[in-house]
Amino acid sequence: MRVSVDLDLCQGHGVCESEAPTVFQLAKNATVTILVESPAEQLRAEVETAVRYCPTSALRIDDEEE
Amino acid sequence: MSIAVDRREPPRVSGGAGENGHLEELRVDPIALLTRVRAECGDVGVFRLAERDVVLLTGSGANEIFFRAPEEILDQAEAYPFMTPVFGEGVVFDAPPERRREMLHNQALRDKFMRGHAATIAAEVERMVAGWDDQGEIDLLDWFAELTIYTSSACLIGKRFRDELDKRFAELYHDLEQGTDAIAYVDPYAPIESFRRRDAARRGLVSLVEGIMERRTAAPPAADDDRDLLDVLMSISDEDGSPRFSADLITGMFISMMFAGHHTTSGTAAWTLIELLRHPAQLDAVDGELDELGAHGVEVSYQALREMPRLESAIKEALRLHPPLILLLRVAKEDLDVEGFTIRAGQMVGASPSVSNRIAEDFPDADAFVPERYASPREEDRSNPWTWIPFGAGRHRCVGAAFAMMQLKAIFSVLLPQWEFELAQPSDTYRNDHSKMVVQLQQPCVVRYRRKPGPVPHASATGPR
Repeated sequence: MRVSVDLDLCQGHGVCESEAPTVFQLAKNATVTILVESPAEQLRAEVETAVRYCPTSALRIDDEEE
Repeated sequence: MSIAVDRREPPRVSGGAGENGHLEELRVDPIALLTRVRAECGDVGVFRLAERDVVLLTGSGANEIFFRAPEEILDQAEAYPFMTPVFGEGVVFDAPPERRREMLHNQALRDKFMRGHAATIAAEVERMVAGWDDQGEIDLLDWFAELTIYTSSACLIGKRFRDELDKRFAELYHDLEQGTDAIAYVDPYAPIESFRRRDAARRGLVSLVEGIMERRTAAPPAADDDRDLLDVLMSISDEDGSPRFSADLITGMFISMMFAGHHTTSGTAAWTLIELLRHPAQLDAVDGELDELGAHGVEVSYQALREMPRLESAIKEALRLHPPLILLLRVAKEDLDVEGFTIRAGQMVGASPSVSNRIAEDFPDADAFVPERYASPREEDRSNPWTWIPFGAGRHRCVGAAFAMMQLKAIFSVLLPQWEFELAQPSDTYRNDHSKMVVQLQQPCVVRYRRKPGPVPHASATGPR
């Protein structure tokens, strides 16, 4: 899976960082930084939670072709 | 967006022949006006507000342009002249996105504070119902407006400050909100009654805050942990040692911090309850969900609050049908092109949650209360990010949206398991008063309450802070 962020939408709430700290990071007063663009499959549950609960729907997961 | 060779002026809506264009209609029946713009003109249409044109954008494509536009193109700061006398000179209504992000980080709206806020809010609801008899009546506007003064002051400013407030603060605050007549687009200081009351209310709030500040100077907080935002602001001094912030400025800051979350949350709480009482099967479903949670001893805390799909869907549907803000405004700083039409620099540009939230192509049976539309796989809020816009969208999306949802869920998690409610008026007499830019329920808006029998296994209100 590939994770991407729409920076027009991100407001830096930090929900994603709480849910999946190894994938998303928030510096102080900043929008999100994606630490791992293609996270390992075992992280899928927490990344999906992060995407789902993003307050501004700024995150998405694209599944790559196998 | 594309560069149009053939630049066309957007069509104009009918009516508005008077001196101030459509201002009078906006003050009387704004939703009819905004709906007519879309019906007659489509996605891009113009009405006139005193000296200025307002280009109203509706529909997904036009809204996306509106919500994605940076500040340099669509500016928010000068679009709301009716707010300056409410906040006071020197207190800005809105901040640029960078500053909004700082506010998120500094002002207790971050994810990690939500759990503590949920417990605070639940405690405030318990505190207010403690004054109820076994049965009685409440006016929804008065009751929820007072409750949300306490919750927002407790969460955003601090518990110490909240404990010094009573009903007087809520009543003055209400007068402020009522002082938002659209006549402000002609003159924000026009000699009308609602503006006189607004100015008197602001002076009243400053004097309440002054009194609180004097008591604090006399008796400072014992420990650093007890300090709230007021203590912090009072401790900041200029180079010559005099206090940096006057009571007037601090009051203005508090008014502005609380403003966005007050009438909005209060109105949504009321409308959620009204719609649930109008739809008993939906209320049963929400009650069942809360019983289920309560039976498992889950606290009213953030983690539990996230998993309440029935209640959350009911709130979302109340928000869609009765959005607290009906018209969002910007001022165009340069010419821009929307769907082949040219918006000129200096024109105002609007988006309307009331109109977009009910576009039938995006929301089947758009005028009906159908919480099921948020369940998988329909998820009509997520699948329509530019037309499901009770919180706006994009850069200026309400930074308090997550806080608001949590707050509403906390309120009903406490109220519904313990109390039964019943409409005390004919169902169609509950409606909004649209005569001011700040939309509020029209009074009377009374419901009856009655204590539910027996010990109720409801979610504990006292989670960890």
